[in-house]
Amino acid sequence: MKCGIVVFPGSNCDHDCYHILKHVLGLDVHWIWHKDEVLNTFDFVVLPGGFSYGDYLRPGAIARFSPIMKSVIHYASGGGRVLGICNGFQILVESGLLPGVLMDNRDQKFICKNVTLRVENNDTPFTSACQPGEVLSIPINHGQGRYFTDDETLKRLNGNGQVLFRYCDAEGHSTEAVNPNGSLDHIAGVCNEARNVMGMMPHPERCADPLWPEVDGQKIFQSLIQSSLTTS
Amino acid sequence: MTASTPAPITPEIVAEHGLSPEEYARIQELLGRDPNLVELGIFSAMWSEHCSYKSSRPHLKTLPTEGPRVIQGPGENAGVVDIGDGLAAVFKIESHNHPSFIEPHQGAATGVGGIMRDVFTMGARPIALLDSLRFGHPDHPKTRYLLNGVVKGIADYGNCVGVPTVGGDIYFDACYNGNILVNAFCLGLAKADRIFLGKASGVGNALLYVGSKTGRDGIHGASMASAEFDDSTEEKRPTVQVGDPFTEKLLLEACLEIMKHDWVVGVQDMGAAGLSSSSFEMAERAGMGIELDLDAVPRREEGMNAYEIMLSESQERMLFVVLKGHEAEALAIFEKWDLDVAVIGRVTDDGIYRARENGVEVVNLPIEAVVTGALKCDRPARKPAYLEKMAELDLSARETPEPGEALKQLLGSLTLASKEYVYQQYDHMVRLNTLVLPGSDAAVLRVPETNKALALSVDCNPRYGYLDPYAGGQIAVAEACRNVICSGAEPVGVTNCLNFGNPENPEIMWQFQEAVRGLGDMCRFLDIPVVSGNVSLYNETKGEAIYPTPTIAVVGLMEDLDRRCTQGFKEEGNTIGILGNSLEELGGSEYQKLFWNECCGKAPRLDPETERAIQRLCPELIRKKLIHSAHDCSEGGLAVALAESCFTGPRPLGMSINLKGGIRTEALLFGESQSRILISFSEGSLLKIKSLAQQAGVPFTVLGRVMGRKFQVKIDGNEIINEDIAVLHDIWQHTLSRYGNRVA
Repeated sequence: MKCGIVVFPGSNCDHDCYHILKHVLGLDVHWIWHKDEVLNTFDFVVLPGGFSYGDYLRPGAIARFSPIMKSVIHYASGGGRVLGICNGFQILVESGLLPGVLMDNRDQKFICKNVTLRVENNDTPFTSACQPGEVLSIPINHGQGRYFTDDETLKRLNGNGQVLFRYCDAEGHSTEAVNPNGSLDHIAGVCNEARNVMGMMPHPERCADPLWPEVDGQKIFQSLIQSSLTTS
Repeated sequence: MTASTPAPITPEIVAEHGLSPEEYARIQELLGRDPNLVELGIFSAMWSEHCSYKSSRPHLKTLPTEGPRVIQGPGENAGVVDIGDGLAAVFKIESHNHPSFIEPHQGAATGVGGIMRDVFTMGARPIALLDSLRFGHPDHPKTRYLLNGVVKGIADYGNCVGVPTVGGDIYFDACYNGNILVNAFCLGLAKADRIFLGKASGVGNALLYVGSKTGRDGIHGASMASAEFDDSTEEKRPTVQVGDPFTEKLLLEACLEIMKHDWVVGVQDMGAAGLSSSSFEMAERAGMGIELDLDAVPRREEGMNAYEIMLSESQERMLFVVLKGHEAEALAIFEKWDLDVAVIGRVTDDGIYRARENGVEVVNLPIEAVVTGALKCDRPARKPAYLEKMAELDLSARETPEPGEALKQLLGSLTLASKEYVYQQYDHMVRLNTLVLPGSDAAVLRVPETNKALALSVDCNPRYGYLDPYAGGQIAVAEACRNVICSGAEPVGVTNCLNFGNPENPEIMWQFQEAVRGLGDMCRFLDIPVVSGNVSLYNETKGEAIYPTPTIAVVGLMEDLDRRCTQGFKEEGNTIGILGNSLEELGGSEYQKLFWNECCGKAPRLDPETERAIQRLCPELIRKKLIHSAHDCSEGGLAVALAESCFTGPRPLGMSINLKGGIRTEALLFGESQSRILISFSEGSLLKIKSLAQQAGVPFTVLGRVMGRKFQVKIDGNEIINEDIAVLHDIWQHTLSRYGNRVA
């Protein structure tokens, strides 16, 4: 199975994704330089976390003009699977591949810590290895992760099952107290209507190496692997 | 001001450059003529305390710097220690105190940027950062602003570059009201046979300027950091540099890429005193000369003159020396990363530094004279008068709060409270190496592609240093090592950051000398080399100096990462014990400060033999898997250490212990006696631990058990403290965030 990791100037979780996909999950992983313009026959593509272009102007706002994004949009419109993690999610909303925006955290501070998420829909290529309602423990690491959108879009997202993850407590209950960044409706990750593009603020690659007791992040990557196997 | 028409150098100009009349005479003597203004500026920066270490060098020479693992000791950009498997740990700690007080966000950010460059110029990929921070009294009107600014500066820079900030320490004390301390540490990993040095060797080789363009920021930053603060300090804001972590990230990746090639001869960061210090020092180390074309230096703005270009401290810039004929390959790599790059000069063989501007020579200086010619400062030292007054501590008239209440207040003191508010703002996980997250005695990082790990700790208790600078230095080393030991690692190297007041004051010089002696003695005794370091003097405002703060960072090596240990209690029913003795010591303690608002008496006594015995025993207990937790007993004493172990396991746990009396209750509970480690273990291991402790000659006492939801302490069977663990935990965990988030 062949997958690609896009490297923007300022990406800094690219090596971590590479390590998990290649050394832990045994995939054929390729770097994709931001100045490249072609995406080959990848089973899926990852936009990793970090600070593309220093997050200057606004996270993701400059990266969306990077040459590679034309190819990513083209790849996605042909049904290619794209996973955006953290800064990757920010780039996906800035480029219009996913609805909504990601604003400054409620407390105006960067947050790095472990949080718990509830899987809202497991009928997608990104969540098929999870149980519906399953609670995953995955770290967040961002200053601008407060998801927001207008009422109409929110209704549509909920109606279509496009909200894939919500922040919750260990028992699976979502409250303001356990919503780390003030995201609308506790949203931690969404997909597009066609369900081939997904963005999430938490970092599954940070809890996927068996060196640590928690490996919930593996489920996201395993979902992608399973769904790629069944469609290819 | 045009440097090419020599303006006469007046005594006023000399004084403005922070040079004494004697130093100016020395310059005239070395040159056999008057310097021009550009040259004077270079001397001013290079001979500043910050660059020349003129006050401290004679004392630093006494430190032990050698050992079988040492690949590179002090004098380079960073120290290098062999960790086996063909790998080396590269590390250094450095201060950014003065700029951080003036402009906390940029001051701290550029401190982090500078220390990372020191590490990756050696050819190492940075894998971890630590920060040792000192702020004024919590009620001082500037403290909250400085805390939040510094933390955000560190976060914005380190997070963006993608190097995890995995630990550090923070103290609050009124002695830092006018001079905060920001000491940044960076650890990198390199191949042991691919270490790069700051040497400009090989006649005809090219000098390559790489990174951000040169601007007018930070001119004379080195001189600013070599003077006391006064009422005009606020006006010095323009001497603080502005950081660009995005460029740093590109520079980091580009440097590591170019360093794969054999034609890279040498490299140095343009840190304090910018282009001047980097080029002079590189040429001096190789015994060569330099020819520089200032017109080729990439500039941020029009009309900058030679003086400004030579002395700018714009950030994210490096100077490479590349083998002649490989310039084009080097340029291609930096251009791939969209960095400004230019060939700005060549290495020559005559030991002379020549710089041209518009074809006119504006600098012609003998390199060795500039780098090593500063007047040696044999500064007089005198034991401070205050020490006589406070040697004895009379506790007879002191009121003592109820112990449970005292514990709550100590857990809620900002120095002892959890630093979660701070470290949650730092990315402490990126690169997937952080095995032990912030909040234990030491951070532990795996060494990628091996089964090894490195443990890191930074420490210094300034109050001990105030009461006894020798003990302050000695204890800082012992405690940082103890932290690393408690995580299961063996200390392999030390880096230090010596923060003191004005060295022209003999009493400060005495503090400095004693602290260096204490830390040197302790390093020698424990057989750990000092491989790098930094000195920050003039931490003084209107005659008020900070307490002596010799900050020590220790790197420890763990051969098997499965043998790591953390401070938190793991399981209900485990037995709690302590290695070491509790003495009647309250001098310099947090208890004394908090309840009696004083810092007097004697610093805790450190017996090197006992310390070493404990530091040998604890790793053995960890290796043999006899203990489940190990925690250094330090600020706040035994009671606070117990509480921390209750809070920091997989979930908060209660405990019940019984102590043997015999000394004052507050000393037993909250005294800060040295050489103590709190451990927990399964009952089945008790006899083995007892016998190993006996063999090692280490006092070992069973205290009680991990159990229930209460924090219960008895002395000789009488209940002294019985508090709800959840209540204590809440105070400890949230005090700092409540303080930091408060809108004043």
